[in-house]
Amino acid sequence: MTTLLTLVVLALVAIAIWQMTKIFELSQLKAENSQIANDSDNKTNGYLLFAFLVFIYGITIFSFWKYGKFLLPEAGSAHGAEYDSLMLVSFIIIFLVQTLTQALLHYFGYKYRGVEGNRALFFADSDRLEFIWTIIPVIVLSGLILWGLYTWTTIMDINDDDDPLIVELYAQQFGWTARYGGEDNVLGMANVRMIDINKANVLGLDESDAYSKDDIIVKELHLPVGRKVNFKMRSQDVLHSAYMPHFRAQMNCVPGMITEFSFTPIHTTEQMRLNPDVVDKVKRTNAIRAERAANGEDNSDPWEFDYILLCNKICGKSHYNMQMKIIVETQEEYDAWIAEQKTFGENVMGQASTDEFKNIETATASH
Amino acid sequence: MSVTANAQVDDHAHDEHDHHHKQTFVTKYIFSQDHKMIAKQYLILGVFVMGALGIAMSLLFRMQLAWPGESFSVFEVLLGDWAPGGVMDADVYLALVTIHGTLMVFFVLTQGLSGTFSNLLIPLQIGARDMASGFMNMLSFWMFFVSCIVMLSSLFLEAGPAAAGWTIYPPLSALPMAQPGSGMGMTLWLVSMAIFIASSLMGSLNYVVTVINLRTKGMSMTRLPLTIWAFFVTAIIGIISFPVLLSAALLLIMDRSFGTSFFLSDIFIQGEVLHYQGGSPVLYEHLFWFLGHPEVYIVILPAMGIVSEVMAVNARKPIFGYRAMIASILAIAFLSTIVWGHHMFISGMNPFLGSVFTFTTLLIAIPSAVKAFNWITTLWKGNLQLNPAMLFSIGMVSTFITGGLTGIVLGDSTLDINVHDTYFVIAHFHLVMGISALYGMFAGIYHWFPTMFEGKMMNKNMGYVHFWITAVGSYGIFFPMHFVGMAGVPRRYYENTAFPMFDELTDIQVLMTVFAIITASAQLIFVFNFVRSIFYGKVGPKNPWKANTLEWTTPQEHIHGNWPGAIPEVHRWAYDYSKVDENDEYIIPGQDFVPQDVPLQKDEEELQH
Repeated sequence: MTTLLTLVVLALVAIAIWQMTKIFELSQLKAENSQIANDSDNKTNGYLLFAFLVFIYGITIFSFWKYGKFLLPEAGSAHGAEYDSLMLVSFIIIFLVQTLTQALLHYFGYKYRGVEGNRALFFADSDRLEFIWTIIPVIVLSGLILWGLYTWTTIMDINDDDDPLIVELYAQQFGWTARYGGEDNVLGMANVRMIDINKANVLGLDESDAYSKDDIIVKELHLPVGRKVNFKMRSQDVLHSAYMPHFRAQMNCVPGMITEFSFTPIHTTEQMRLNPDVVDKVKRTNAIRAERAANGEDNSDPWEFDYILLCNKICGKSHYNMQMKIIVETQEEYDAWIAEQKTFGENVMGQASTDEFKNIETATASH
Repeated sequence: MSVTANAQVDDHAHDEHDHHHKQTFVTKYIFSQDHKMIAKQYLILGVFVMGALGIAMSLLFRMQLAWPGESFSVFEVLLGDWAPGGVMDADVYLALVTIHGTLMVFFVLTQGLSGTFSNLLIPLQIGARDMASGFMNMLSFWMFFVSCIVMLSSLFLEAGPAAAGWTIYPPLSALPMAQPGSGMGMTLWLVSMAIFIASSLMGSLNYVVTVINLRTKGMSMTRLPLTIWAFFVTAIIGIISFPVLLSAALLLIMDRSFGTSFFLSDIFIQGEVLHYQGGSPVLYEHLFWFLGHPEVYIVILPAMGIVSEVMAVNARKPIFGYRAMIASILAIAFLSTIVWGHHMFISGMNPFLGSVFTFTTLLIAIPSAVKAFNWITTLWKGNLQLNPAMLFSIGMVSTFITGGLTGIVLGDSTLDINVHDTYFVIAHFHLVMGISALYGMFAGIYHWFPTMFEGKMMNKNMGYVHFWITAVGSYGIFFPMHFVGMAGVPRRYYENTAFPMFDELTDIQVLMTVFAIITASAQLIFVFNFVRSIFYGKVGPKNPWKANTLEWTTPQEHIHGNWPGAIPEVHRWAYDYSKVDENDEYIIPGQDFVPQDVPLQKDEEELQH
């Protein structure tokens, strides 16, 4: 059906173009038959340039009105607010410049459209003008650079102050695994060369390292609200990127090295679900899903907001579906959850069978 | 002086020319050493063949994005086994995205654009009989041809062509078990690119040598048209950066075929540990982007040069700030080689390095801003002849500004964190380098069609329809795309259905795809106009746009050596449009332009611009 519609639309567009060309040609018959723009071409296209300016403004306003609400909601991390205000200021500058320059460009195109016999102004340069539009970008950009670099340095300063929770994000085609340091909050040594599938040591932990024993390996990321989290990222096969858009956080996972990112979640999942923007979004999305359900289509279950971790570096066939749910909860909820999890020691080193570990894995994944 | 000597040698060469040289079909149309013919060869192969394929691929994957998982008979016909039942396979989606990027960036906008216009315009505008080495020029084209064939042949492999993204980051591109496209498809990609780089280098060296050595008498560097400045500097950036891509490609070939570990380390895939140890994918990223970023300026600078020239001619005004334009080309060229790290802010490299790259990246906005303001001022108080080429030039400035401004977000390491690798990036670079470079190219084709095809002109009305549909359509595709990116949708996703949070964005995807289909269809008008004009185009006046540059002093009929008599001598810069004397009269009565080969008139002042 859609194919047919597309084809019909295409055919109509083709006919419209053909007719337009014809009309253009017919209207030109009386005039001289030259392929060089004449006064009437200049006039038509001059007006069209002005109309195009209106179109640019129109599509901008339309997009904001129609799509503005689709943007990510308020940041769920401590540094997110700073990120969002820098973004806002940058966008205000961008829109001021965009509105002004497009207006000048297209208005000049309309205003100075050629007329036979008119004389253009021989105006070849002006040091003062060049200076003005060199110095203004210099000043504006300096401000943005300084602010940006200050924020960047703060975000990327990953340190152990304030007792951060240490979490490893482990990427592989096509899924995520998280590892907590356990009681001691220290991750055991690990390397892909120590992976032992038969013993369910899927992340390659060093079984002889004492720190490994209490590590907790899970398929769903739980974070206590208000506590800084230092992520250590690893990948076992190709490049992946741990993208957590609601936290304004992203870092590539690179085989052969450990990369880091850090943020402090400030809203629990429950709080975020009450955010008016999120409420609206869920309502809109579920309306779409209800429609699908009515049409008997797949992917139509009602949706509840959750923070999410996506893969954002092309990694192969199922790149588009490499995700992990993130749950931000109160310290008590987090403590209760972590207490339920079995440690690496219990699962692997303590002779627990592979099957048992797999059961735990699936249990946590469906949690 | 050497310039005089050159002129003499040229005259001599030309005398010889008149006496011999009966060209056969093969030497005239196939293994031609004439720069005008080679330019046309690049245009047909690079722009029309490769461009059509690249755009067609984008339509296929745009349809998949708008109607995910839907069955289309066009998929079944074109993709065969890769679209069982007409539903596109996820691996093929990635292959299409990869080859679309490769074709458009390298084949269309690098060799297609530079190859066409550098070859056509450098000798004609500087007043040379041909390129410094006609043979090397021919070789360059035929290596390009071979690399096209190798690249296209990879489309017919059973496992499909390369599919790791046009940046082919290892380990994905290095390990055949990571995805089907990383087998033979990737090998052919790398071989094709190695040949491509050799071709590009030969072309670039030729352009540089020609511009430096073969300028006609009086054509000082500061009298060169801005087109030539742009092609010249583009060639220099190419010479500096393409060899680095070659080294990246060679090391990747080593890792793939000979078991070295330049880019690979600690890999466990499909149940086994591989032997690689000690390499780093980040090293590959550095090498790739050391070319990759200058590459986007290799793409856009020629378009900028063409736009500057076309705009001045059609505004009947000198380009505003000629020297500032040259300075900004040089500044962009220099800065372009030290900003590559902004593609790698979150690659795991040291954050301090990220700070440095943020600084240099935002610096590059300054010369870009200067250029945009100079173009706008060139229009001010002009007498604008709104030919199709002029409209495309104005359109180029428009998309360059719109696309360039979002670079402020992406170049800022902080803001890049959340929009990196999302559709925001796609929207940004398609506007600022894709569409803008294409507009520059269209401007060039409409403007210099008479130069290429012996005085024939393209139909202007079809040109107008082509421009207006393309202009509206391009914004229709790429403006809403920013919002998809800001909503957090990653690029290179086969479909967005796995995330309920992206459900409501499907409408935008449909809108973008519909615009893409309309815009691509509008290019058929252009192709039709182009082909028809080659055969049935009406021959216009010798200098249809009333331009000052030397290519319009040649006879319309192509001859080897360009000018039948002596090469014209140059007496002024290329932008004496609407210049008046003290009595407020045009320098040449009744004519608002003074070609470069017209000597300074009595009492005329050569303004130092």
